[in-house]
Amino acid sequence: MLVIVTYDVSTTDKAGQRRLRQVAKICLNHGQRVQNSVFECWLNNENFVSLKHQLLTAMLPDQDSVRFYFLGSNWQYKVEHHGIKPSLNLDDPLII
Amino acid sequence: MKTHLNTLYVTTQGAYLRKQGDAVVVSIDRVDRLRLPLINIGAICCLGRVACSPLLLGACAQKGIAVTFMTEYGRFLAAVNGFTPGNVLLRREQYRRADDLCASAAIARACIIGKLANYRTVLRRAIRDHASSQASTRIEQVVQRIDRRLKTLAEILTLDQLRGVEGDATSEYFSVLNDLIVIQKNDFVFSGRNRRPPLDPVNAMLSFCYSMLTNDLRSACEACGLDAAVGFLHRDRPGRPGLALDLMEEFRPVIVDRLVLSLINRQQVRAKGFEVDPGGGVRMDESTRKEIVAAYQKRKQEEITHPFLGEKMTLGLVPHIQARLLARHLRGDSDAYPPFTWK
Repeated sequence: MLVIVTYDVSTTDKAGQRRLRQVAKICLNHGQRVQNSVFECWLNNENFVSLKHQLLTAMLPDQDSVRFYFLGSNWQYKVEHHGIKPSLNLDDPLII
Repeated sequence: MKTHLNTLYVTTQGAYLRKQGDAVVVSIDRVDRLRLPLINIGAICCLGRVACSPLLLGACAQKGIAVTFMTEYGRFLAAVNGFTPGNVLLRREQYRRADDLCASAAIARACIIGKLANYRTVLRRAIRDHASSQASTRIEQVVQRIDRRLKTLAEILTLDQLRGVEGDATSEYFSVLNDLIVIQKNDFVFSGRNRRPPLDPVNAMLSFCYSMLTNDLRSACEACGLDAAVGFLHRDRPGRPGLALDLMEEFRPVIVDRLVLSLINRQQVRAKGFEVDPGGGVRMDESTRKEIVAAYQKRKQEEITHPFLGEKMTLGLVPHIQARLLARHLRGDSDAYPPFTWK
């Protein structure tokens, strides 16, 4: 399934900046960055549980927020892209 | 249930693959071009001058992602495997069966039945799709002869007899393959199978796709704990993945032959995409190669219903399923190995 992960991490202090980097890193390991704090992740249940656990451990619930949007497996009809940085479809042939 | 994950093909010469976090990064001329999480890929295939960092190779071996290195033209060079996964008891049973020539013949027979049945399907589909009367009578005759050979397989045969039946059927099938080329007939002429080096574009494409298919079957065997090197029909030879080649027999016509034919008939490949070596060998250029790899990947994404299990799945997953069915048979959970036959 395709899961969109977005986050807001408070960066007023050093610890916040650290958290932001951590959260971004976790997302990078699970999906592709489509905008600065928006990630598209192709996950199965197991991977999603692991991603969610890692993010919830890294964030501070009273300062940051994380949102998951579940687009399922028919996401093609639900996503439109305009402008720069088009995303990569992982079902297409991956040839570089 | 295993899902069919995508394969990353790196065909750009001089590319470098490294691990960053839990993702693979492909850089070309020191510029990062692609970043993919490892959870999204099932295999990495490097063609030609492509390098991988040791840490990436380690991570892939641990996660069961098959990394294979081939020459630009698809000849297999090396594969990176971690500890062989799966059950040592299963592998021992595989060796015992491979030593027993009668037991080997039973499994080899199933593979050949699958191959011949699929040959027949490919030819019948060709008759149905574009029947020019003259060619279709020729093809129909071959279909009938393959049919007769299939019937002889009902008896118990020795391995050598099986090889004979298989060889005869294969040469008959290849004798009409040229009739299945309906567009660009003058540029693509198939007059028989040849390899190392392939002497015409059709053979070059067949060889290239067969070696990609071998890689897929090899990782399918390894992934369910079978030893890809110890085959039943293909006897042991150093460096040869015998079991992968055994299981591949059923898939050759379905995945590769039809793919090559439709690439030609849909004019996705052109004669000018091939060049002839001084030695007479035919090679394809970079864009043709990419076109073929892309078409091969697309083919694997197609959905089919598995004839034995009745489940819907992508064609690319079927090799894995067949390897598991074979493992199930070796463990004694099923009486025979059911080959993959395509309708």
